[in-house]
Parts: sequence; structure tokens; C-alpha cells
Amino acid sequence: MSHKTNTCPDQAINPDSLIAHFADNQPLRLDSGAVLAPFQLAYQTYGTLNADKSNAILICHPLTCDQHVANPHPLTGKAGWWDNLAGAGKIIDTARYFVICSNVIGGCLGSTGPASMNPQTGKPYALDFPVITIADMVRAQAMLVDRLGIDTLFAVIGGSMGGCQVLQWASAYKERVFSAIILASGARFSAQNIAFDEIGRQAVMADPDWRDGRYIEAGTTPRKGLAVARMTAHVTYLSEKALHRKFGRNLQARPQVTFGFDADFQIESYLRHQGMTFVERFDANSYLYLTRAMDYFDLAADHGGRLAHAFSGTRTRFFVASFSSDWLFPTRESQLIVHALNAAGASVSFVEIATDKGHDAFLLDEPVLSSAMDGFLQASARAKGIPS
Amino acid sequence: MTRVDFDVIASFIPGSAKVLDVGCGDGALLQLLGERQGVDGRGVELSQQGVDTCLARGLSVIQGDADRDLVYYPDNGFDYVILSQTLQATRNPRQVLEELLRIGRRVIVSIPNFGYWRVRASLMFRGRMPVTRELAYSWYDTPNIHFCTIADFLTMAGEAGAKVEQEVVLNRVGERLNYGLPRRLWNLLGQQAVFLLQR
Repeated sequence: MSHKTNTCPDQAINPDSLIAHFADNQPLRLDSGAVLAPFQLAYQTYGTLNADKSNAILICHPLTCDQHVANPHPLTGKAGWWDNLAGAGKIIDTARYFVICSNVIGGCLGSTGPASMNPQTGKPYALDFPVITIADMVRAQAMLVDRLGIDTLFAVIGGSMGGCQVLQWASAYKERVFSAIILASGARFSAQNIAFDEIGRQAVMADPDWRDGRYIEAGTTPRKGLAVARMTAHVTYLSEKALHRKFGRNLQARPQVTFGFDADFQIESYLRHQGMTFVERFDANSYLYLTRAMDYFDLAADHGGRLAHAFSGTRTRFFVASFSSDWLFPTRESQLIVHALNAAGASVSFVEIATDKGHDAFLLDEPVLSSAMDGFLQASARAKGIPS
Repeated sequence: MTRVDFDVIASFIPGSAKVLDVGCGDGALLQLLGERQGVDGRGVELSQQGVDTCLARGLSVIQGDADRDLVYYPDNGFDYVILSQTLQATRNPRQVLEELLRIGRRVIVSIPNFGYWRVRASLMFRGRMPVTRELAYSWYDTPNIHFCTIADFLTMAGEAGAKVEQEVVLNRVGERLNYGLPRRLWNLLGQQAVFLLQR
């Protein structure tokens, strides 16, 4: 495929996924006050819903992932982003559970987002798309879960931005969430996180091909801006130790530095590659909207400044995990969640997993995470009476 | 492996009570209480290995530090709070005990007794810090930094405003000491002690 075409609009309108259409009479009411109607959510399901509809698991994807959690990605052909954890016989066992993953509202793989056609104008929304929040994403997911005829989800699981969605689910739909798994996440976005998001957005908007957001009609793509945004964000997903272990100061296919601005160091080539492959599968405006949604997330602020109030009366079983080298969502942020859950009298487990892999550890093979999640899910399934 | 103080602790707790086990280790006691008595148990444990084992057992456990994290628990959040063979490893035992008394309606504490005659004998005759089967650490690499005797503990518990509801002292093989024995002998003959405390 040529690097000159933007593949997103096609997947944004005709995704290789199931689609739930919501008509004008089923509007999505957004935190901003705007109303989105009609709209659609693209989603994948795995496994079979049992007769009493008690075995449904909703997986909430992180910022740059999508609904293809356990099947090959339609654009890249790579395995699903959580293929190591979700699938038949795996920890999120699709032979036992009915697993749902939707592309969030504002995304670019089939759910209504800035690359979708605005029915009012017949053109892509671009920046006419209303600003969305984590709560809006969850509200849309709840409509999808309703559509699937599921009352209570056995588990809602997510990492990073997905973890924010899980917290929102557990707060806004207490009775509908039997158990919740929150990985490498937090109940708010820190100033540092907002700062990195802003750098990414400014990089996108500084690209002349961004065209004030109307690049699809102009036939351009702000590739360079989006790639820089991805490079910056990618560094925050790793740790200094992991970077050093993987790359050190090693040179890329050359015996010595070139005294120029080629990618002399392996880390430079790696980041450039990350940036280049990202623009093949992600829409720049979607990146703006989703990072903004994260910036706005502050669950305590929505509950009078007391995070515990977000969970008062909860009967959900919680599992929270952080990674020792995560500097995007350091352990402290997970502990704030745990303390609030304790104060609310909730059933909560928490573990800080020692690893040098940084924030991205929740996407990688971490044996301690696997065994802890397995223990938690198995115990929850016993408590819920789901046959093994 | 089961520990002798577990049976005593379990005997203090009625079925379906809400219990917090601080320093729950690998979760053996919580599992025992859950399976045998239907107790709604939660654990706090510092070590990653302990937390992993608890989670694999399907227990509800939080990785945390008794010295630092108990302040985040609400008043009267639990029917029983257990501190089993952990007090001696805390930095501030008195403050920990006060937090436990605030969090739990009743508090169960088990301690190794530093007044036990073998410990005393080791110091007296060998002039060495005791290393026993139960306290198997050398002085320089032990997590246990605040040892006390039964008498010392009772003094501190009194100062913290705790009333002793029950007290069971165990000998080296885990047998309960005869209640007919004079109290001061408990402090000499008890290898460990379990207290049921009330505010």
C-alpha cells in the first residue's frame, strides 16, 4: 500500500468489524452538552454468551489500540493487541467467557469519530466532532452492552486509558459490574501526562498537512506531526532502564556516528519506525480527541473531590495492578484508587509488579500479572457461579 | 504449612465476620478462615511473593505496608483485624496497634514472646542474640526490629486503650499453657501469645 493514502477513513466508515448502529432516536448525550446522533460503535466479540448471560467480559482498549483484542488487525495483519491474554484457553478464556471489545467513540476503526461522515454536512466531521470524555466512551459502551441484551458484566477489564474506562464503569454502573480489573492506570490524568499529550497534539497541528483538521478532504495526512506525537508518547510508555537495556547508545547499522542528523542511534531508528507504522493505522484527529478525553478525566473531581465517593456502596470486586517502572501512571496513582476503594469498603486486591518494562508492561508477557489476573478471575468466576 | 497460632486465631472469629489480616503472608490463614468459617477476608501484605500467592489462591489482598497504609482504612471497617506475627516487624508498633483498634471492632494480635526462657537463656548463657526455629534470623538481617515480651505487650496495649478480652499463650509445640499457672510464668514459658483485644 502506498504511504500517500490515508487508510483511516475507509476503516472509519466500513470497518472489518461488527457494527452497532444507533439511530437518531437513540442519541449519545455527551458531557460537553452536545448530542451525537446517529452514531455507531464498531466491536468484536469472542466466545459465546451463556444462557443466563452471566459470562460477559468487556475489555476496554487503551489509547492507541482498538477492538481487535484477540484477532489479527485488519490494517497491519499483526496479532490482536492482547492476544497473549485473551483467547481460547488463555487467562481471559474465550472458551469460557463471552468477550466484547468495542472501538471507543471518537476512535478511528469503525466507531463514530472525527474521520466519520458528518450527516449534517456530508463531509468528515474533523474538528466539528464534539469533544468527548471517558464517561462518554463508557456511556456509548453501555448502550452497546444493552444492545447485546446483557444486564451485568462478569468483568470489565482495561489498562491505561482502558483502566480509566473501567473505573468509570464501576462508578457510573455499579450494579452492572461484577468484577473490575484496572492495570497501569489512574483515576485522573496528571499534569505530566497532560503535558505529553499537549506536545503530541501540537506536533499534529503544526504539520502543514493537517490543514486545520480538514486533511481528508484535502487529500493529505499530517504524517510527520502524528509520527512525532507517537514518538513522544512511546517514550512515556517505556522506562529508562528498558530503553537502556534494549538500545543503550548502540549505533544503527554503522560503525561510527555520521556527524549529521540521520538516525545514528538504534533508539532513533526505533522511534522513527514506531512513528511511521503508527500513522498507517491511526487517524490524527482521533488522536487529538482521545488524548483530550484522557486529559479531562478526573473521577474524584466528578464526585466532590473525594474519590471514595465515586465508589460508595459498590459491591464490585476490584483488582488493581501497577508496574514499578511506569512513569506515566506510577504506583502512587494506583494506590490512590486502592485507598479510595478501601475507604468505600470495597473488595479490592492490589499488586505492584516489579518490572523494568515501564507502562507498556501491561501489554507484554508478565508472568506475575498473568498469575495474579488468573487467580482473581478464577475466584470471581467461582463467586459468580460460572462453570469452568 | 499451618502455624499453631492460626487455630487459636480462628477460634476467636465467628463465621461470616468481615476480617482484615495485616501482614497476611501467603494467605494461608485467610484461606483457612474462608474455607472453614465462611469469613469475608481481606489481606494486606508487603512482599510481592506473598501477594502473588494470595492472588493465585483467589484471595482479596493489597500490597502495602502496615506502618504506612493503615491510615487509609475507615473507622470500624472490619469486625476483626488480625496482626499475626507481624507486630515485631513494624517500625511503630504502638501506632500500628492504635490504627488496628480504630479499623476493627476487635483486634487479634499474635506475637513471639521475647520473654520466653530459651530466649532469655540464649542471652544469659551464650551472650548471643537468639536464633530459634520460629525466629530464624540473625540480628543483622532480620525483618523483626521491635521484639517484646508478653508483659511488654500488655503494657503497651493498655496504654493504647485496649482491653484484653482473651489471652492464649502457647508453648514450643503449640500447646496452650495451663490456665492454673501463675501469670508471670506465662511470660517465661510461653513461646508465643495470641490476644483478643477490644477498644
